[in-house]
Amino acid sequence: MSRYAAMFHRLGGEGAFGAFLMLGDPDPETSAELLEAVIEGGADMIEVGIPFSDPVADGPVIQAAAQRALAAGVRVGDCLELIAALRARHSHMPIGILTYANIVVARAGFIREAAEAGADSLLIADVPSLEAEPFVREMEQAGIEPVLIAAPNTPEVALKRIASLSKAYTYCVSRAGITGTHASGQFDAALVERVIEAGGPPPVFGFGISRPEHVRAALSAGAQGVICGSAIVDLASRQGDVGSFVQSLKAVTRNDSVAE
Amino acid sequence: MRLNGRFGRFGGCFVPEILVPALEQLEAAFLDAQGDGGFVSELNSLLANYAGRPTPLTKCRNLPGNIYLKREDLLHGGAHKTNQVLGQGLLAKRMGKARLIAETGAGQHGVATAIVGALLGFETLVYMGAEDVERQQLNVFRMQLMGAEVVPVESGGRTLKDAINEALRDWSSSFENTHYLLGTAAGPHPFPTMVREFQRVIGREARAQIIDQLGRLPDAVVACVGGGSNAIGLFADFIEDQVVQLIGVEAAGKGLAGNEHGATLLRGTPGILHGAETYVLQDEDGQVTDTWSVSAGLDYPAVGPEHAHLKDSGRAEYVGASDAEALAAFRALAENEGILCAFESAHALAHALKLAEADADNIILVGLSGRGDKDVAQAQALLA
Repeated sequence: MSRYAAMFHRLGGEGAFGAFLMLGDPDPETSAELLEAVIEGGADMIEVGIPFSDPVADGPVIQAAAQRALAAGVRVGDCLELIAALRARHSHMPIGILTYANIVVARAGFIREAAEAGADSLLIADVPSLEAEPFVREMEQAGIEPVLIAAPNTPEVALKRIASLSKAYTYCVSRAGITGTHASGQFDAALVERVIEAGGPPPVFGFGISRPEHVRAALSAGAQGVICGSAIVDLASRQGDVGSFVQSLKAVTRNDSVAE
Repeated sequence: MRLNGRFGRFGGCFVPEILVPALEQLEAAFLDAQGDGGFVSELNSLLANYAGRPTPLTKCRNLPGNIYLKREDLLHGGAHKTNQVLGQGLLAKRMGKARLIAETGAGQHGVATAIVGALLGFETLVYMGAEDVERQQLNVFRMQLMGAEVVPVESGGRTLKDAINEALRDWSSSFENTHYLLGTAAGPHPFPTMVREFQRVIGREARAQIIDQLGRLPDAVVACVGGGSNAIGLFADFIEDQVVQLIGVEAAGKGLAGNEHGATLLRGTPGILHGAETYVLQDEDGQVTDTWSVSAGLDYPAVGPEHAHLKDSGRAEYVGASDAEALAAFRALAENEGILCAFESAHALAHALKLAEADADNIILVGLSGRGDKDVAQAQALLA
């Protein structure tokens, strides 16, 4: 059983809380401390960004985080080392990479190296399902699970493709936009249903999760988890207590049953 | 998608999933419009009666050799950009969009988009790197005069590539009522194919004109390449003419030995940027590097995917012209022919002059993609 599958199994009806951090932001040492802090705060799964110079799917907060890491001289190799160290400290924690296509294709063997470092999944923000097959094939060979994004405007034929190509979880976005887009607080229950009907892996909502009521709304829309990124990264950039913040959002998943 | 959007291994549609339906809608509108007599005749009428097509083919009287200039500098708006913004503007109408967004470097494509926004009645917003906004105040004001809003982009290096990133981010949440009017034959499918088709008129006219004037095809067709729209528009109808040499001229900036240039095909490596697999100027990690050219229109770290394919297949050849060579050609054209061309176009002319020197009998067709008014202040600082 993969680490994601084991995590969803362990949580039973409880929603999974995913915490996102940009690797190397603001420097590798602080980045490693922040990863520990969100795990201590109760994160069930960790999503890590590998910084890219031109992140078109990201809002200002994540863009700034990538810029800080790159300005600090962080290289892809440093990010893989951070993942390997995280894996060594936490053998059961699901770890997913979120990055961009050019990072994946520039370094021959990136997907294999990511798997060897201990990453469980890989989401490439600018590879839609239409272009995903060659990447997915390589991920399967390397033993890393592909994650694709599903959105309310995704047509049925693409949704079926996403459901069959995705393995760890299905990254659902509730509305159009980029990361950190101000949440309307509305999460699309119909999308969750469509993903489940298409046979996709557990639907998890991302983009715009920053407050307890967002977590509650996403889980009541039927999602099996949430991913919080910009709010954590923003707090970290202001030296805030990310551990307590994660704890406050994770608490919501314990109180609200996912079962409808 | 109905077409595969590939040029050999290059091209494709590398955008977030959320944008794929918008690109599918655009491809469908484009393909349907191609077969719609009403669309084609409206576009042709605008090209003729509004923009001023056909543009002349001018034989240089005083420069050495046999150099023929395809005069896109005489098109309304001052550059070839107008050809394709009219096409995309009509498509946006057809799709029922109310708003246009665009990116711009020096401001030429922004001005072209502002023109079509005013003409066809769109709310128009142009993303422009904050650095470029400071350097190109005149073009900013031109856009504003025609009713467009210009938004300075503060992220990244504050230039063209960052303006494209920001336009893509805007489009990710606005596609329902907004058309992203991309300015060159780059980006995700269907833009490279669609922009080529709207720019193909340059080469179609030039080919007929040179046959009419000389009774033969040129030996070489030369155009500058930034994103590559004027070059692909000029090349397209000559690709099947195997006897014609196709030459794209990239910005060699301060020299190809260093990092201060925009020579993506000459110094880049295959990668994925702004929606397409193509050549990219990048480091070993895949981080996109900063570029340099005296001409803002060639200052771009990627290139249209069809050029990547034409290079790898060997059908076209790509060379560089430095800032200094381009400035010398700019001056030579002004002094000898009484034409002020854009710094971008001066790169193509610089290479044509080298070809003419090597063989005075060569018939050389040069894409004079734009006029030089926008560059006069900079020319004064550099040459006076």
